[in-house]
Amino acid sequence: MSEPVLSIRNLTVEIPTRHGIFKPVEDVSYDIRPGEIRGVVGESGAGKSMTGNAIIGLLDPPARVSSGEVWLNGRRIDQLDAEEKRKIRGKEIAMIFQDPLTSLNPLYTVGEQLVETIQLHLGLSQSAAKERAIALLDRVRIPNPTERFDQYPHQFSGGMRQRVVIALALCSEPSVIVADEPTTALDVSVQAQVLDLIKELARERNVGVILVTHDMGVIADTTDQVTVMYSGKVVEQGATRQILGAPTHEYTKSLIAAVPRPQVKLHRFPQVSYGGRETTFKIEELSRNWDRSLSSESGTLLQVDGLTKRFLQKGALLPSRRRYFTAVDAVSFDIKDGEVFGLVGESGSGKSTVARMIATLMPIDAGEITFDGEKMSAMGASELARYRRQIQMIFQDPYSSLNPRMSVGDIVAEPLIHHKILSRAEVAPRVRELLDHVGLASDAHRKYPHEFSGGQRQRISIARALATQPRFLICDEPTSALDVSIQAQILNILKDLQEYLGLTMLFISHDLPVVRQMCDRVGVMRQGKLVEMQETSALFEAPKTAYTRELLDLMPRLDQLSEEEIAGLRAKG
Amino acid sequence: MFSFIAKRVGQSVLVLLITGLVAFSMFTFVGDPIDNMLGQERTMEDVERLRQQLGLDKPFVVQYVRFLEQAVQGNFGISYRQGRPVAEILLERAPATLELAAVSSIFAIVLGIGLGVFTAIRRDGVAAHVIMSASLIGVSLPTFLIGILLIYVFSVELGWFPSFGRGETVDIGGWSTGFLTVTGLKALVLPSITLGLYQMTLIMRLVRSEMLEVMRQDYIRFAKARGLSNRVINFRHALKNTMVPVITVIGLQLGSIIAFAIITETVFQWPGVGLLFINAIQFVDIPVMAAYLMLISVMFVAINLLVDILYAFIDPRLRGAA
Repeated sequence: MSEPVLSIRNLTVEIPTRHGIFKPVEDVSYDIRPGEIRGVVGESGAGKSMTGNAIIGLLDPPARVSSGEVWLNGRRIDQLDAEEKRKIRGKEIAMIFQDPLTSLNPLYTVGEQLVETIQLHLGLSQSAAKERAIALLDRVRIPNPTERFDQYPHQFSGGMRQRVVIALALCSEPSVIVADEPTTALDVSVQAQVLDLIKELARERNVGVILVTHDMGVIADTTDQVTVMYSGKVVEQGATRQILGAPTHEYTKSLIAAVPRPQVKLHRFPQVSYGGRETTFKIEELSRNWDRSLSSESGTLLQVDGLTKRFLQKGALLPSRRRYFTAVDAVSFDIKDGEVFGLVGESGSGKSTVARMIATLMPIDAGEITFDGEKMSAMGASELARYRRQIQMIFQDPYSSLNPRMSVGDIVAEPLIHHKILSRAEVAPRVRELLDHVGLASDAHRKYPHEFSGGQRQRISIARALATQPRFLICDEPTSALDVSIQAQILNILKDLQEYLGLTMLFISHDLPVVRQMCDRVGVMRQGKLVEMQETSALFEAPKTAYTRELLDLMPRLDQLSEEEIAGLRAKG
Repeated sequence: MFSFIAKRVGQSVLVLLITGLVAFSMFTFVGDPIDNMLGQERTMEDVERLRQQLGLDKPFVVQYVRFLEQAVQGNFGISYRQGRPVAEILLERAPATLELAAVSSIFAIVLGIGLGVFTAIRRDGVAAHVIMSASLIGVSLPTFLIGILLIYVFSVELGWFPSFGRGETVDIGGWSTGFLTVTGLKALVLPSITLGLYQMTLIMRLVRSEMLEVMRQDYIRFAKARGLSNRVINFRHALKNTMVPVITVIGLQLGSIIAFAIITETVFQWPGVGLLFINAIQFVDIPVMAAYLMLISVMFVAINLLVDILYAFIDPRLRGAA
């Protein structure tokens, strides 16, 4: 085996706080060899990213490396001063961040940013640097690199931007790349392409890659070695096949078990049982005083017919010269009372636009929405208010969907007050009851959103959505911003809501295994059109269109290890 | 891009028409100009004749259109008080105000951005704290008080700068400039600081907070991860992103530097349009007031139009979509 390019020995990071010293990374050791990809997996707050930042010298004060060593190509780098560390950054250790939409400076062209980095590290002339930049863009498979060179980041799609970020990381032939959740913000199909590219480049250029992720599927697909971290410590590490095939630590086992499988439908999502911080969702109590008086006579609760939305793409003074982009193109489907209907597709396929139109957050350009036999176009102000009360929404990002200046109690009380459901005096006890039912502590209503974790915030969103006792819930990627363990909790809550309260749901996601577990029927959207609609099991087993098949093939799979292989591993171990 | 500019120009014209209406309605609603123009011993015939001669018997709309026609050609009528064409008086006074505004704008922008960047980068330094505390004084003290303080310290006690007037001026093709003589330049110092101090502290505080915000962005982190030096990160990547919102405010502030030169001009007896306006108010010289109002609104609108175009120039995302 070749010598490691990067060795981390007993690395510990400390953050002094009011309550003493907090160690987000404790006693972490691992090696990266040339051409090898090491996955670092664990939930948020486990210290994965912090380790990467510590290696590259990008810790935000007051966090600091308190002990341990970092060796790069036989040279110790953790004790270098700031200026020398800067010289290593980007040149010998490059970094790729999670969100390609914000990693590039919006005011400079992609070419300017590449040339700047190349000139800094390699000292080439302007023209030589440009040549190299275009070659790099070509290498990361950006079509028309010469033209693209002069374009700005906003003219690239998310996946293309992440390619540019990778090109930037490759500028000076680094020996190690730290990729911090490089595909978390991307679609399944784009994710597969970007991961392939990283794999290919690691082999081709003999670069060691540290791939930080919370996605077990990505680990299984991409990495050679894996390090599992839990609250700052390494709980288990070794060859990926070994760890995934025969995990020895309880946390690793439950992490693997919690990954939703696309093959079988389970009644409930397996939860990460390790750490024992499961909070209970009191569905029985919630269901006791739920108003079930309304039910649809025809059995169909929501009917969407020829729904269309166009956005102005290029403004012009003359209407004839304006150009429109059709985000949603004549989409029709209906959802039965008590059914969970899934909408899947890549970002930009129009899923969320459909949801927003149904929730009356966006005007409809053409088509009709019928709710419980009532046409939306025929609704007056009071009918519309009643309609809005029966339809509630849970958004993707639990960080930006709650007003940071409002207390949690006020957030949950708002729909009650707005729709004049309860008198002022009745609101406060009802809010406390709701928060208790979704599993939050009794003093939660006095706190503010920033005092809660992502999973808890999503519970607040659910409490807010349930406040008006809706019949129809729109969940727009409700768990894609959450860890696997938290995701399972939230999805189980949603399942309970459907089962006990008979809620009808529109469930939007790009995560196919989750859709498989959640939905009764699924619609597949592509470029604004609904291309396929089937019962969930039929869709997964026998997709009708090539596009759906392609989407299914691109899912990162945990179980690429066959049963025999696992058995073999066990026998050897 | 073209339709973007066309739209903005259209909006600007609308704004000007409305301010024109306000300026014009002063003639009708702030006393009768005939009363002012004719003396005590007038006859009814005189009044009627002059009314016809000036077109004041025509309907309001017709008069307004005529006023606009004249205004576009630079004809704002004759000053009641001085008996000379208003345009001529304004042209005579404008250089003084424009030079004062230019110097104080440069002072405000250069020092404001410079200190803003400095206090953002050295956020925890002693100097940054001192500057931030001192800037509170600039924001909270009224302009006239700053002027009086400066006069007391630098003119009365130290005798370094003159306490009033423009000093000697040189006439170049009808434009009297104070830039070419020592006394002219000296005379500019105190009024410029007085006029620009508030804007400077405002720009500085804005640049600082915007820059701190930008420094938290991912692309700055990524720039650090690429190994770029602090100088490149601060001045190339962070500063340009800081400028987008800052430019809007600078545009509005430049407009008010010209408009609010009135107070500074009064304190320093600066022979500019602001002082002219104050005198015009005292003597109800409506043509001068109307012309001044139009002049200021044209400048405001022009500066903001420029800012909008500059915006698109800095931020490529605004170029495509309008």
